[in-house]
Amino acid sequence: MEFTNIFYVLASVLFILGIKKLSHPKTARNGNMISFIGMMIAIIATLIAKHEYEIDFQTIAIGIIIGTIIGAVFAIKVEMTQMPQMVAIFNGFGGAASALVAAAEFLKTGEITTFTLGTIVLSIFVGTLTFTGSFIAFGKLQGFISGQPIVFPGQQIFNGLMAMMLIFVGVYVVQSPSDMNYFYAVIIISAIMGITLTIPIGGADMPVVISLLNSYSGVAAAATGFVLMNNGLIIAGALVGASGLILTNIMCKGMNRSLANVIFGAVGLVQESTGDGSKKQITIKSYSTEEAAMIFDAAEKVIIVPGYGLAVAQAQHAIREVAEILESKGKKVLYAIHPVAGRMPGHMNVLLAEANIPYEQLKDLDEINPEFEDCDVALVLGANDVVNPAARHDTSSPIYGMPILDVDKSRTVIINKRTMNTGFAGIQNELFGFDNSIMVFGDAKDMLQQLLKDLKEL
Amino acid sequence: MDINIFTVFILAIFVGNEIISKVPPTLHTPLMSGSNAISGIAVVGAIIATKVGGGIGSWMGLIAVIFATVNVVGGFMVTDRMLKMFKRR
Repeated sequence: MEFTNIFYVLASVLFILGIKKLSHPKTARNGNMISFIGMMIAIIATLIAKHEYEIDFQTIAIGIIIGTIIGAVFAIKVEMTQMPQMVAIFNGFGGAASALVAAAEFLKTGEITTFTLGTIVLSIFVGTLTFTGSFIAFGKLQGFISGQPIVFPGQQIFNGLMAMMLIFVGVYVVQSPSDMNYFYAVIIISAIMGITLTIPIGGADMPVVISLLNSYSGVAAAATGFVLMNNGLIIAGALVGASGLILTNIMCKGMNRSLANVIFGAVGLVQESTGDGSKKQITIKSYSTEEAAMIFDAAEKVIIVPGYGLAVAQAQHAIREVAEILESKGKKVLYAIHPVAGRMPGHMNVLLAEANIPYEQLKDLDEINPEFEDCDVALVLGANDVVNPAARHDTSSPIYGMPILDVDKSRTVIINKRTMNTGFAGIQNELFGFDNSIMVFGDAKDMLQQLLKDLKEL
Repeated sequence: MDINIFTVFILAIFVGNEIISKVPPTLHTPLMSGSNAISGIAVVGAIIATKVGGGIGSWMGLIAVIFATVNVVGGFMVTDRMLKMFKRR
């Protein structure tokens, strides 16, 4: 039995090396392969170590074949815009698998120690909560469930009561494991909590939720590792748990919100205008693409700010073509990516990489902000709140304190929007009325294609 | 109860924190799908579960093997698909 532990250590080392190689796009693909080899070693070592009377090879073979087919179909078919949904489902599957393993262990005949019982309850709780929570998150992202926060009176009290009940029932399971009703109660309460903790979170906050559920799926795996006293699960689970938590933090910072505020705040519920008459009238300048093309022609440095609207319009390829023609005219082109530009951490980068935009041109917030000072044209496409200067100075603004891209510091800001509608936060953007701002209205893709034509004709 | 297992857990969290904070924002989505795949390590537990809990237990084991394998296979494949897209000029 001891020799399998050596292989689990080897697998863990490969996971760590694999993630380490994710620190650069050049080595990342190798890193993923290394993690995969680690996984294969862990699986094969387990299969070899166990005798026929300990595990059921037929069940395992059927499970692996079905799982491989489903997993491969998902991986090949999924659109890059749907990555958040896929990660949500996978988080759910990971949580469920951990909970099921812990539950099977509970049904095992024979003495189970108090410690193991405690970890079983923990694993089932986190795993089941991850499972139901992930499917709610999936439903919201896919549009099956309203993206609006769903709240009911006394929701917080209800959640509090459920948590107390869970502790009570969990303690009971540990004390008298022979009573199955308490065991079932743990599963049911955890499933309900996964739902009631996720439905009040608005669509715009989903990046935080997915990151958090990602972390939970790791915690569930680690808890199951304690149930089985298995180092492989504990280490891998801890790595995933840490990863999810770091990403959750980055997303929260990107929105200037605390985690508690995201989970319990139900932001975006009341979208009525504040009605305090502070809505200043702003005067905008609307240009044609032809006029915009002339401004681009005179520029030397251009920074493109893509928002999710760009991806929705499927305009990634159009923007690459515009960037290429600008570069062929000797201009420097960079892309400014806000941490919450997409629907999950790093989402916008993947969407742009898919359109063959070189990763060296994609700059994150800290890197790009000093670049706006000597930038001739900032082109804002389908982004709104992340470029709103009110976040810097207007303490009454709901986005006050949120880190923004300083597009207003460039010589000219060209903003493409469909209409003058407000963004997610439901607030007017003073940037549109600035002296150096120019609006070009229209669908992002149409506008870019027209701009491309005008640039070629110059 | 073995204290070593907690040592392993705590150290893994620190190592994880250290290496993951060095992953650039550009690669955060592949990091997430890749860590999805790694959390498929539950498949090891699922394999062990196929015979421990009797009749219901082995059904649970089967479903757990399926779920965890979806994570492993889907996670690594989609991560590779994404990372292939990241090109230099």
